[in-house]
Amino acid sequence: MASEVLIEAKGIHTYYGASHILHGVDFSVRRGETVGLMGRNGMGKSTLLKSMLGLVRPREGEIRVKGRDMTRAAPHAIARAGIAYVPEGRGIFPNLSVRENLVMAARPGSDGNLDWTFARVAETFPRLAERMRHGGGQLSGGEQQMLTIGRALMTNPDILVLDEAAEGLAPLISREIWNIIRRIKEAGIATVIVDKNFNAVSAIADRTQILVKGATVYDGPSAELRAQPELRARYLGV
Amino acid sequence: MELDTFLIQVLNGVQYGLLLFLVASGLTLVFGIMGIINLAHGSFYMIGAYLAWSLSQHLGSLALAILAGVVLTVLIGMALEWLLINKLYHRDHLYQVLLTYGLILVFEELRGVIWGNDVHGVAIPEWLGASIRLTDTLAYPVYRLWISAVCLVLAVLMYLLIQRTRLGMMIRAGAANREMVQSLGINIQLVYRVIFALGVALAAFAGMIAAPVSSVFPGMGNQVLIICFVVVVIGGIGSIKGAMAGAILIGLVDTFGKVVEVDIGGFRVLPELAGTTIYLLMAVVLLWRPEGIFGKRL
Repeated sequence: MASEVLIEAKGIHTYYGASHILHGVDFSVRRGETVGLMGRNGMGKSTLLKSMLGLVRPREGEIRVKGRDMTRAAPHAIARAGIAYVPEGRGIFPNLSVRENLVMAARPGSDGNLDWTFARVAETFPRLAERMRHGGGQLSGGEQQMLTIGRALMTNPDILVLDEAAEGLAPLISREIWNIIRRIKEAGIATVIVDKNFNAVSAIADRTQILVKGATVYDGPSAELRAQPELRARYLGV
Repeated sequence: MELDTFLIQVLNGVQYGLLLFLVASGLTLVFGIMGIINLAHGSFYMIGAYLAWSLSQHLGSLALAILAGVVLTVLIGMALEWLLINKLYHRDHLYQVLLTYGLILVFEELRGVIWGNDVHGVAIPEWLGASIRLTDTLAYPVYRLWISAVCLVLAVLMYLLIQRTRLGMMIRAGAANREMVQSLGINIQLVYRVIFALGVALAAFAGMIAAPVSSVFPGMGNQVLIICFVVVVIGGIGSIKGAMAGAILIGLVDTFGKVVEVDIGGFRVLPELAGTTIYLLMAVVLLWRPEGIFGKRL
């Protein structure tokens, strides 16, 4: 299935002050593809995401979104090209109600589609539907995570970028989040999943890329990686 | 004090407070949402008053002058945000104070060049020139009531804008997490430009409608700026509700401070000391609630 390349990052070098975090990383996502981005803590996964989202400026390299050069584009312009972001630590607006968190983000997708309406998001997240009038800050961790994902869907994205979406949640809630991610994949939205849970990621990702110290050490089908426990042990420690 | 005088002073105090609210709300919004301390905010009040004076002469009507003045000051606000203010978002408050203090000097100088240094009066429009009889012995100018009514309507509109519209949600979300708002595809820069321009226009509008009752004079912006900082600090920095509460409180205390004579141990505390009452009030409020009446607990 040789479908359109949505994001293509080439030779990304990113620094935080003097420290060199990414050493020439390539990364790409095709339409409808689910990519797992894995690696131990501090290997540059979140930095790679932020570099592609315009939140951190890479010093070298090129980022294309649907063929358009967006290396220096503002974060809101990159988002409008069809990328939605679910950041680590969630990033809900605690001073807005659940409903407001969703409504403020609503917009048609970059191709004008309105697949994800308020009603559909409410239906996908019944727990949120019951708490629309609550303040965002009053939600439990799992509910906040659902709100962040629901809010991202309100922008009708082509790609959903999830950074540690199921991190720090009770196993039952975590499983619920993974089920939601699977439903989003089935809806045809491309997803980039950063997570340390190898079994969960490899079960859903078509392809897995592993970063070690800011460089790619593995990039291939998730199924192959599952069959190579020695690789996993070396790079991920699982 | 007689009941009549008391009533008049209440009306005056509320009207003055509501006017202060228009200026203070922009100050508190720009600080609470964008993190900018804008010392030049009072200058917009002065610019508004001078615009009302000079435009009403050219256009022949205060209403037209206000309309044109609001459009003009929105544009001035947008241009200022675009040229200068947006450079300050990631800067320390010291830089903001320095730049916006510089702006005060520039605006005063420009005012001198364009309009001169004289004091002017603006006539109350004829259709608002009457007085209403409230009781047998008490009449009150319609224009002052009109000021209060207009300010109240604007306050309600502002509340609805911030609490009920999507722009308001974006504004509040931006105060909590600027980066996340951008990542949702919202141009926060543009949102900030609109807020800043709104604040400028509100302050200028206050100056315009105040011109017929207060006269138009150099330095009038700085006077209002200091009082508005007191209002914002009392109400709680960043809180619109607080700005309203603080403004009404200051309006009443200032007005009554000027007319009430108090005997303390045989010494008469004269109305000349009225200028200190609002600062005393600020001290008391800050001792009671250091974060202001509606401020977030620190």
